Amino acid sequence: MSDTLTPVLSANWGVEKSWTLDAYKTAGGYQAVGKALQMTPAEVTDLVKDSGLRGRGGAGFPTGMKWSFVPKDNPNPTYLVVNADESEPGTCKDMPLLLASPHTLVEGMIIASYAINCHTAFVYIRGEVLHVIRRMQQAVKEAYDAGYLGTDILGSGYDLDIVVHAGAGAYICGEETALLDSLEGRRGQPRLRPPFPAVAGLYASPTVINNVESISSVPAIVKNGSAWFGAMGTEKSKGMTIYSLSGHVNRPGQFEAPLGITLRELLQLSGGVRAGHELKFWTPGGSSTPILTAEHLDVPLDYEGMASVKSMLGTKALQVFDETTSVVRTTLRWVEFYKHESCGKCTPCREGNWWLVQMLKKFEAGEAVEGDVDKLLDICDDIGGKSFCALADGAVACVTSAVRHFRGEFEAGYSTPAWELFPYGRSALFEVPETMGAHA
Amino acid sequence: MSGHEFQSFFGESGEVDMTDTSTSIDDATMAELRELAGRYPQPRSALLPMLHLVQSVDGRISPAGIEACAQVLGITTAQVSGVATFYTMYRRRPGGTHHVGVCTTALCAVMGGDALLERVSEKLGIEPDETTPDGTFSLERIECNAACDFAPVMMVNWEFMDNMTPEKAERLLDDLAAGREVRSTRGATITSWREAERVLAGFPDGRADEGPSAGEASLLGKSIADANGWTAPKPEEAK
Repeated sequence: MSDTLTPVLSANWGVEKSWTLDAYKTAGGYQAVGKALQMTPAEVTDLVKDSGLRGRGGAGFPTGMKWSFVPKDNPNPTYLVVNADESEPGTCKDMPLLLASPHTLVEGMIIASYAINCHTAFVYIRGEVLHVIRRMQQAVKEAYDAGYLGTDILGSGYDLDIVVHAGAGAYICGEETALLDSLEGRRGQPRLRPPFPAVAGLYASPTVINNVESISSVPAIVKNGSAWFGAMGTEKSKGMTIYSLSGHVNRPGQFEAPLGITLRELLQLSGGVRAGHELKFWTPGGSSTPILTAEHLDVPLDYEGMASVKSMLGTKALQVFDETTSVVRTTLRWVEFYKHESCGKCTPCREGNWWLVQMLKKFEAGEAVEGDVDKLLDICDDIGGKSFCALADGAVACVTSAVRHFRGEFEAGYSTPAWELFPYGRSALFEVPETMGAHA
Repeated sequence: MSGHEFQSFFGESGEVDMTDTSTSIDDATMAELRELAGRYPQPRSALLPMLHLVQSVDGRISPAGIEACAQVLGITTAQVSGVATFYTMYRRRPGGTHHVGVCTTALCAVMGGDALLERVSEKLGIEPDETTPDGTFSLERIECNAACDFAPVMMVNWEFMDNMTPEKAERLLDDLAAGREVRSTRGATITSWREAERVLAGFPDGRADEGPSAGEASLLGKSIADANGWTAPKPEEAK
């Protein structure tokens, strides 16, 4: 049984100048890369497979297996692309990781690239995080200067270049095929699959796309072994991971724990829901994962546990809302996000999210009419599962789960504005004008 | 029928302003655009960084900037415009020296982001997507910026301004307007939006060492673990 919290990725975040090569090496960094380069690429892939590491970007696909899908006989170069386009509402783990310890990712990228026989790797970072990009640029430069990147890395004969690439503001580019189009200098729109990126990704070449946290977990696995990793977590959800707690809690923040911890435990650590209030609803992994309630406080926060309550682990972005919060208002705001971020390629998503926003505005204003809840669900049914990528599914999930748990609150929108039922000022952390109402 | 009128509205998607042909793009800029194109296996991959560079030079996506990108990459201006109009960080009109963003995605909005935006908007006398007449500030209603444990969040020139309150926001704007030094809570001293855009293009400004390694919220789990003596298993114990 491992400890309640198990800082590995976050262990060095508080160290003086933690983002520098010197500090990272002092904390034991760049030992794993030396070890990996002594192994064969296949051995590295097998080690990551054996560890049970699953993608930390939301989907939970086994990382080692993803690597093994890269065809060995394809004449094109193989690419590694790290998805640092962290934009899912509520998600805030990769940015602090890169800000505090960009070398963890660099080391993970070297090992992963070696395992898949890649010589050019990319980090696609969302553009709206200037300082994270600065730190990453500097880390890559330091790694070149120290011989961890470039040609003949550590005398192994292995060559690797890393390109740090800033996006330009588009949530959809966190979707892996849209990210590839964006990285090719195009509008970021998802591609139809198959072919999958492992076969035809960047420049139609074999490409592995992994989340920042997934790749950053690799050095520790190489260094300490797959058994060590598997000693944390549950049978099918192995290892440690970063949980991000935000919202109406006394102390929001990042908690690195074995997979399977519960929200109840995390709330205890963070001083609970803010004083005088109680939990109303929460997301397990960003706004695209169906919301849950106090009833689900003891469900393990792992891939299986969340699936068992019709939600998903997602990015482990636990957004906590107390009883002052209007579910209708919150849902509207999330769907406005999806409407804004829909890339426009697929009609159900492009049009459907516009429709949902207009309907939800009526619910918020207390101007919906009898039967509109069913109509809302009906529209969701026309959107979900009918587009190229999962953006539309995420939008629908937040609506349908909100209705599932709080149907009465939506029905109240037939007669009463949400801001009357739940005066918005009460949810804020500071005094706001009483007149605060509909934002539009 | 409930009488809802469903209408798609694409009014926000404005085109690049082709009437303002002013530009500061010179030979040095062209050389840098070519340098960016040379960093990728296929030059077109540099288009997003190149557009960031155009903004840093011209303060917006200018017609000349579009032409320059098209010329360097050997693609059409329509292809460049198509990309420039897809991404929200590309400005089609000149912005302010400082670009202020207030997060109003659900969590920040609920926790006070809506009120913050109102206050900032009032204080600056502009609505989101507008620029103050003196050109000091532009304002944007931003989407989730991956700092939810520091909500409500504002950004200035894409630097974090964590745990904002209306009072802090007013002071921040006053300081910026007066040219006083302002530091990001988890970043560097604020310079200007254009200088930020140059870094995003891929030309570092040497300021990575400014600011802390992490915010208090980022370190919370680690500090609780330390206080309780909790650690990951020792490798030798896990066999």
